[in-house]
Amino acid sequence: MYGLKTDWIDESIPRYYTFEDYEGATARWCSGCGDHGVLTAVQRLCRDEQLPPEKTVFVSGIGCASRFPHYVKAYGFHGLHGRALPVACGVRARRPDLHVFVATGDGDCCSIGTAHWIHAIRYNMKMVVMLLDNNVYGLTKNQTSPTSKKGSSSNTHPGGSLLDPINPIQASLGIANASFIAQTVDWNPAHLFATLAAAHRHPGFAFVRILQRCPHFKSGLFESMMNDPSQVLLMTHPDGIEVDAAVKKQFENQREHDPSDLAEARALADSQDGTPIGLFYRNDSADRYDAFTVEGIATSRDTKLRALETQLDRYQI
Amino acid sequence: MFRSSSARTAADSAANAPIPDSGEVPALSVPEQIVEIVSDSGEGAQTAGQIFGTVCAKMGNGLWTVEIIPAEIEPPARSRAGASGIRIRFGTKPVASMGDQADLVVAFNEQVLYSRIDQGALRPGTLLLIDDKWSASDDPKTREAYQKALEDFHIAGYIVREIPIHAETHELTDNPQRGKNMWVVGLLCALYSRDLDLAKREVQLLFQRKRKGEDVIALNHKLLDAGHAWAVEHIDARFEVPSETHSEPMVVMNGNAAIALGAMAAGIEVCSMYPITPATSASHYLAADFHHAGGIVHQAEDEIAAVGFAIGASFAGKTALTITSGPGMALKSEFLGLSVMAEVPLVVVDVQRGGPATGLPTKVEQGDLLSSVFGQPGDAPKVVMAPSSHEECFHFMVTARKLAESFRTPVFVLSDANLATAQACLPRPNVSEEWLSPPIDQSPWKEGAPAYGWDPETGISRRPIPGQPGGAFVLTGLAHDEYSHIAYESSINQRAMNMRSRKFAALQTALKPPEIYGEEEGDLLVVGWGSTRGAIEEAVDRIRRDGHRVGSVCLRFLSPLEPGLDEIFRRYRRVMTVEINYSDDVADLGRAGERRYSQLAWLLRATTLVDVDCWSRVPGQPLPPQMIEEALRSRLEGAESCTD
Ligand SMILES: Cc1ncc(C[n+]2csc(CCOP(=O)(O)OP(=O)(O)O)c2C)c(N)n1
Ligand code: SF4
Ligand SMILES: [Mg+2]
Repeated sequence: MYGLKTDWIDESIPRYYTFEDYEGATARWCSGCGDHGVLTAVQRLCRDEQLPPEKTVFVSGIGCASRFPHYVKAYGFHGLHGRALPVACGVRARRPDLHVFVATGDGDCCSIGTAHWIHAIRYNMKMVVMLLDNNVYGLTKNQTSPTSKKGSSSNTHPGGSLLDPINPIQASLGIANASFIAQTVDWNPAHLFATLAAAHRHPGFAFVRILQRCPHFKSGLFESMMNDPSQVLLMTHPDGIEVDAAVKKQFENQREHDPSDLAEARALADSQDGTPIGLFYRNDSADRYDAFTVEGIATSRDTKLRALETQLDRYQI
Repeated sequence: MFRSSSARTAADSAANAPIPDSGEVPALSVPEQIVEIVSDSGEGAQTAGQIFGTVCAKMGNGLWTVEIIPAEIEPPARSRAGASGIRIRFGTKPVASMGDQADLVVAFNEQVLYSRIDQGALRPGTLLLIDDKWSASDDPKTREAYQKALEDFHIAGYIVREIPIHAETHELTDNPQRGKNMWVVGLLCALYSRDLDLAKREVQLLFQRKRKGEDVIALNHKLLDAGHAWAVEHIDARFEVPSETHSEPMVVMNGNAAIALGAMAAGIEVCSMYPITPATSASHYLAADFHHAGGIVHQAEDEIAAVGFAIGASFAGKTALTITSGPGMALKSEFLGLSVMAEVPLVVVDVQRGGPATGLPTKVEQGDLLSSVFGQPGDAPKVVMAPSSHEECFHFMVTARKLAESFRTPVFVLSDANLATAQACLPRPNVSEEWLSPPIDQSPWKEGAPAYGWDPETGISRRPIPGQPGGAFVLTGLAHDEYSHIAYESSINQRAMNMRSRKFAALQTALKPPEIYGEEEGDLLVVGWGSTRGAIEEAVDRIRRDGHRVGSVCLRFLSPLEPGLDEIFRRYRRVMTVEINYSDDVADLGRAGERRYSQLAWLLRATTLVDVDCWSRVPGQPLPPQMIEEALRSRLEGAESCTD
């Protein structure tokens, strides 16, 4: 072929995946929904990292956010409300060759799936978990979520919700063996992408809370933050989320935070001085449960049969 | 129980005979024996019974043990509710149920015997060997209670012998609480002419497994010798239960161990569970040894997560199992529906206990049949199988794994607390490589082929597995078409449901009609399932000996049902089920037509349109053959009086 060496063989060139290779079904989220931006960031990440679609698995629960897997061309598991994480852990358990992403909502993760969220953080199995937090139950049409601000009205609390919300970051930081806890926003593509890229590179369970706009039920919720970036506190550090100078310039309110400092991370999680974005905490050497679950995956059939015979010997009379 | 009354009388009189000076006593040959060891919990009665039972099996006897378990971990000492122990039934022929009343009971205190009496475990003539320690108690109340009990037992017709279990054990160890059990094994070996060396070898293996030192083993051997020597010197009764040599190598284990080994034999890689009695011990066996076969046990945060994890692993191409009991099944239910809907292969073991709610945590019931078959929202057909023996506990795991994969479905294996804890003999499985799951397919998926390419005849389809290039699809619990695309059109759901249902019709055509035990046609057919088989067949044998034309079948497949049932049913004048779950007795009912039937009876009535009757009880213990026998007899009388 013109321009190619004679000894060129087809297989020697790995396939290059384009953005389109990761495009699944047409996204059916409302226009202006923050989920669209997250989808784009994830598809870009897959392309930049050249993740083979057949080796990539998106797991979700139920909710608007949990429609995510349908819109990426990769293997997907759109399961049950609240139960994405046990499934994702099961996928990961014996398949270290797969890239696992989880998309979950604030109801999915912080209400019905709370037990799994806490334990998945502790298992610290390698995967990227995106909590798309719109402060509301979107799919079921505007009910109070555990992250809804106190006093916000919904169909279940028309007079305003009664209690202070859960702080998913603070809760995550409180769990033993947490290894990567970050926060970002759907409307800043550069920071969103940088956070997801860092999460993907993290050798463990990377939990990313994404503040996500729901114009349909929570219109204007994050508007003042968007219009006035000074309400956001950008956490910076060489070990944190790297963004370039142009992005940094958008945030006048910045603070260097060493993500190995758990006490400071907890203080920042409760910060009254702007909504922090960036990396709260990371610990690359936290124990990984998938180091255990992967044991024995290469066991030969002969070994399996011998193991069984040995067991039967024990019971033989 | 001695079947022939002459044997019974002989044994009773042997026990009644004055205790002679030491010397050879001729052994009385009996076809089988039921021995119990009962104690406060933590006194090692179960260990003793397992060792003694294994010795019996090794000497060629059939064996079935039943654990007697109190509800609490540490119930008060010397309390009726606290009775803990074991029944060992052994015989010349294979044994497949716990039998009826005990022939001999060794009791570490007299109070626990009351609970055995409540349970109907004793008969007049049962020989009771009771520790005499309590007669010399410092506490006058204890002495009084002891004397009172001896009188009660005497009046009830039991033969009471006081024996110095505690005192003799104390001669050898400062902690007789921990040594009594072995002394008793020695004593039983003497009474039943068992090879003491075999017992010693079992004791050695046991303590080696527990990583105990030689000193512990030596002490326990001494206790065995002492119990044996004491019995030789002081008890004149000797029994012989002749053996028929096994024609093939045999193993002895309980049903949960058989399930665990079956999982290994099936090549299952992931056992995902949350602890729950009586299922947990199966996971304990796996936790100890699964890694030798490359498997893992995942103890999840709850049952929902356990099944979710297994489903995730299975979606990723790995063979997975979840093990639980009733309350766990309830929690797993939504995921089980997903496994049906999205056609994810999965093996689910339900070791049934009494329900609903926390029910009878340690006790047997067959109460999860209907919730297994119908327990998910919507129409959720799946395979439901029930092993009726330890051998089936093992082999059904291999079958379940294969069916799960071939039919892309969850397969439920319903065992129960009776099978789970009973030790029995089974032929050593002839391990076959073909039982192991095949290696995971990572070859390219056929261009454009759907994720659910349902065969229009059978509904069967192949599944793409992550890693297969070109196979990417999004599994969903939403109604979907063959590409796993969400069903937005009304016709799609109808067709998909039809395809998922068809698989089970296809499987049914591959099943054999059930084998009939006893009469092929006649007055009464008894239908059972699961662990009651042995007891039902014993009852049928006894009734047939009286000339009644009775047969029984035991269903191994409950969904789909084995074929040909209505044809079989029509060969009998009456058909009834016998089950360990609740049903209204006809006599209790105010109005006819409102009877709540036992679970299999509901199912059979609905599917065969035959007027299937039932007799069921929920006593929290296996049904003794005698109880079943009486129920069948009363039905037969009913049948004779009715003309059709
Ligand atoms: C067991 C169960 N309970 C309830 C529901 C109904 N349900 C579906 S999504 C949802 C809440 C979704 O909220 P969230 O997780 O915040 O996701 P969002 O739609 O906001 O992205 C609920 C209650 C369900 N599908 N399953
Ligand atoms: S309801 Fe809200 S969260 Fe759901 S798609 Fe619409 S905008 Fe997005
Ligand atoms: Mg939400």
